[in-house]
Amino acid sequence: MNKIENNKAWFLVLPVFILVAFSAIIPLMTVVNYSVQDVFDTNTRYFVGTEWFKAILNDAALQSALMKQFMFSFTTLSIEIPLGIGIALLMPKRGMAASLCLVLIALPLLIPLNVVGTIWQIFTRSDIGLMGWSLREMGVAYNISRNPVDAWATIILMDVWHWTPLIALLCYSGLRSIPEAYYQAARIDRASRWAIFRYIQLPKLTNVLIIGILLRFMDSFMIYAEPFVLTGGGPGSSTTFLSQALTTMAIGQFDVGPAAAFSIIYFLIILAVSWVFYTTIMNMQKEK
Amino acid sequence: MSWMVWTTPTAGFFIGIGLILASMSIWQYVSPSIERKGFLPIKTTRGDRLFIGLLTSAFIHLGIVGFTDLSILVATAISAIWMAILMRWG
Repeated sequence: MNKIENNKAWFLVLPVFILVAFSAIIPLMTVVNYSVQDVFDTNTRYFVGTEWFKAILNDAALQSALMKQFMFSFTTLSIEIPLGIGIALLMPKRGMAASLCLVLIALPLLIPLNVVGTIWQIFTRSDIGLMGWSLREMGVAYNISRNPVDAWATIILMDVWHWTPLIALLCYSGLRSIPEAYYQAARIDRASRWAIFRYIQLPKLTNVLIIGILLRFMDSFMIYAEPFVLTGGGPGSSTTFLSQALTTMAIGQFDVGPAAAFSIIYFLIILAVSWVFYTTIMNMQKEK
Repeated sequence: MSWMVWTTPTAGFFIGIGLILASMSIWQYVSPSIERKGFLPIKTTRGDRLFIGLLTSAFIHLGIVGFTDLSILVATAISAIWMAILMRWG
């Protein structure tokens, strides 16, 4: 049967389009305008063409911030996704225990970002923080303000603690939507635990995992408040991620021209990576 | 409008994008696009190819402006050729 296409329905999207234009498209256009000028105020500005883009793309500090950002997103995603799935599989399916587990697991998600930073900042201090103190008593030389490896490990641990629950909750809801009959059929076929996971649970989780991976990638790629509070980007600039470098440039130094060029490059990278993720996963589903 | 600090080149750029979107909408309305497989590894509609083309053109421009001393017009010319190939055979 041929489906009749009626594109007139698109006109119903018009109100949303106007709203998005006001809140996102017009500001983005302004950013593009800023990126080609040296702006002092609205009356004093000079057209500089593509100079800012050239400067930003060749800035060694920003190149390293970009590399660090990719490393950070890749590491946290590759820990959080399997761990989240694992937690969801282990969670009790019904009764009081299930509710209790859900509440406990959702707790980190309810904490504001800068508070998460503060909690971990205190947690890792060797004088009053439980983790910092314990490590010192065990004789481990651990100092996030001196040792870049410690700082990195702590930031990754913090992100995993904060965001794995999101993946776990999404996967839990995905698992709950699988009808019992599938498991019964698997038991009749004497399917192994791994076969059940691979051929029943994982395919049913694809949809929630797409959303989970996209959300976590975009969020981790834009991370700001937590490392800013925990390490302030240090030691040196070892944990200065892109958004912090951008904020320092735009607000700290008020270099709106270079900051605008930087924002556009940042935006294009997020757009490209998210699109690739989305298309690959959507295509994997279509082929099934 | 003065707070948006417009310049002639950026105004031209956005008018161009606007015209492309408007003409693609009219084209879609007159003859709806059918998803097909070209040299790209996925099935695409006309709009998908336009999006891929615009995004890759942006990166072509960044690459040429950032890492070579060539004029930005070279990047625009390469992008235009790439866009034409992509829309026709992509």
